[in-house]
Amino acid sequence: MSTTVKTNTLTFVQAITDAMKSLLEQHEEVIVLGEDVGVNGGVFRATDGLQQQFGTDRVMDTPLSEAGFTGAAIGMAINGLKPIVEIQFLGFIYPAYEQIMTHASRIRARTMGHYSVPMVIRAPYGAGVRAPEIHSDSVEALFTHMPGIKVVCPSTPYDAKGLLIASVLDPDPVLFLEPMKIYRAGKEEVPEDEYSVEIGKGKVVQEGEDVTVIAWGAMVPVAMEAANKMTARGVTCEVIDLRTLYPLDRDIIQQSVQKTGRTVIVHEAHRTSGVGNDVMSIINDYAFLYQKAPVQRVTGFDTPVPFFAYEDYFLPSSDQVIHAIEKVMNF
Amino acid sequence: MEQQFPIKQLLNEKGEVTEVLQNELLNDAFIRLLYYHLIRSRTFDRKCVSLQRQGRIGTYAPFEGQEAAQVGSAMALEQNDWLFPTYRDHAATMTFGHDLTTILLYWNGRNESCIPPEGKRIIPPAVPIATQLPHATGTAIAEQKKGTNHAVIAYFGDGATSEGDFHEGLNIASVFQAPVVFFNQNNQYAISVPIEKQMKSKTIAQKAMAYDMPSVRIDGNDVFSVYRETKKALDRARNGEGPTLIEAVTWRYGAHTTADDPTKYRNQEDSENRRKAYDPILRLEKYMLANAICQQEEMEQMKQEVIIEVEQAVEQMEQVPPVSVDDIFDYVFAESIWPIEEQKRVYYASVGKGEKA
Repeated sequence: MSTTVKTNTLTFVQAITDAMKSLLEQHEEVIVLGEDVGVNGGVFRATDGLQQQFGTDRVMDTPLSEAGFTGAAIGMAINGLKPIVEIQFLGFIYPAYEQIMTHASRIRARTMGHYSVPMVIRAPYGAGVRAPEIHSDSVEALFTHMPGIKVVCPSTPYDAKGLLIASVLDPDPVLFLEPMKIYRAGKEEVPEDEYSVEIGKGKVVQEGEDVTVIAWGAMVPVAMEAANKMTARGVTCEVIDLRTLYPLDRDIIQQSVQKTGRTVIVHEAHRTSGVGNDVMSIINDYAFLYQKAPVQRVTGFDTPVPFFAYEDYFLPSSDQVIHAIEKVMNF
Repeated sequence: MEQQFPIKQLLNEKGEVTEVLQNELLNDAFIRLLYYHLIRSRTFDRKCVSLQRQGRIGTYAPFEGQEAAQVGSAMALEQNDWLFPTYRDHAATMTFGHDLTTILLYWNGRNESCIPPEGKRIIPPAVPIATQLPHATGTAIAEQKKGTNHAVIAYFGDGATSEGDFHEGLNIASVFQAPVVFFNQNNQYAISVPIEKQMKSKTIAQKAMAYDMPSVRIDGNDVFSVYRETKKALDRARNGEGPTLIEAVTWRYGAHTTADDPTKYRNQEDSENRRKAYDPILRLEKYMLANAICQQEEMEQMKQEVIIEVEQAVEQMEQVPPVSVDDIFDYVFAESIWPIEEQKRVYYASVGKGEKA
């Protein structure tokens, strides 16, 4: 017996829109708010058509006020709504950081579960699209370090829709990072109905025996490109897309590293206190004696994300990943 | 600006009403209830300072002097309204129905203190200044979307009006005409910084003009005026007429917290003089006696009763069993996650209370 799942061929950003459309249709407590999300459909068109379909009451253009509308969304969530907040670019989230860290992520713990904030903050992040300064930040670690909020970062249209739905249905706050470099990079079959991809679970994108390459967001295609080139040279890489950055998928990392004994971590965020270090901690705690070489990291530098004329120097490239793979292979 | 926003008064310093009271608004029984809440909160506040001095609770933020602003405004709320307080607003929360023992637990560093009584929509005290204003706006917008006539009140001080969240909260409330009342207690000091150094503005009420929002400046030590103006603002909110900013001018007699010494930054004789001249409770007592609403003996009797009530709350607070370390781990997320479970397991193992990690 097989049932045909109706699918559409969508880009990443279309899958995001599709997820919100489905959520707005199915759950009356879901609302969408942020700057330019209404009439304009969002600066990346992620909310395109939603206000026309669901009205200004459920898809709200807010004043230009990140702390204000994030704070207001917290108040809405406390009072039974499920807000999806759009921060136009992750680099603009800093005014809202206090609201997220002193309230959204704490109210459940403070009140022993009496109040909660089931809210999703969507934010496009990352470099590589020649955007003006501050628009290209990748600061997931500011959020994974702080307790009480989950951090999700898909890299494919299918995962984008499934994880956004899971995030909105989650009873706690979720920061949902969207790699803007991938927004329109390719299309994939995405089921039309509502479905969830579990938060906290990574995915083996490609199986391999020699090296585990761990990445997320816009670095997954870079990792894959390097892995494909290495296959031609007789080295097989197991590529893991973490998909959730907090809580990390301990099992997938442990199992893969126990198998390969070699690890390369790729992230575009700054190196110091980056999420890569937490991946290394998991390897240290759960796969230490399986290792054949020290873990290599290919990351952004400990510098501000540069103006876009320099961004190709800043972003990890497949050549740098190959260099790291060679290092762990030749150790 | 002071002319444009005169301080409204209904019960003056001498205990005289400045206009004929409307009986339906302020009948004798209601006035006695106001008095009960005023003396109960003052007794509670003084007890807290004393408990802190004895080491029986932690640092405490006293509100003595501000009782009328808090009691009068909280009495204007309806059962299903929402209250967003700061850490200095326990007179408001207890008047609205918060439990005294629970409030005491807050100052004993315990999380149970943030759980309001069944059916009461009281949010835990906001510590980061002004951050609760956008929440109040959002909660009010949610009520609007649900089509109810419930309103929201948010408390904050004069210093809070310098924060971005004050302006963002008011602006968004104004844009969406949210049913929220922003209740400012201008006690004229933000810890050590006097209002003249906090703002060049002559009033706080005038700040609402920027948001095309109605505002009113009232004598915050006049419980009648506070009650009447807050009720008007709440009624407007319920009727879909949007938010209001209320500036209640008042004074905290004591320190910012028990960890602070106000004599370092102001002459505390001022506080003593104000206590004699402007006290919110004294003036109500004068009014009640002069108008035969309550006799002296009865007032003394009520004072004894609230002392007993507060003492019972303290007793209950001290009988609450010690905290469990599990509380730290078990409420971060609705469903616990492995890093927290792992840390809990390792913690127990490290103190010899679990399997070896």
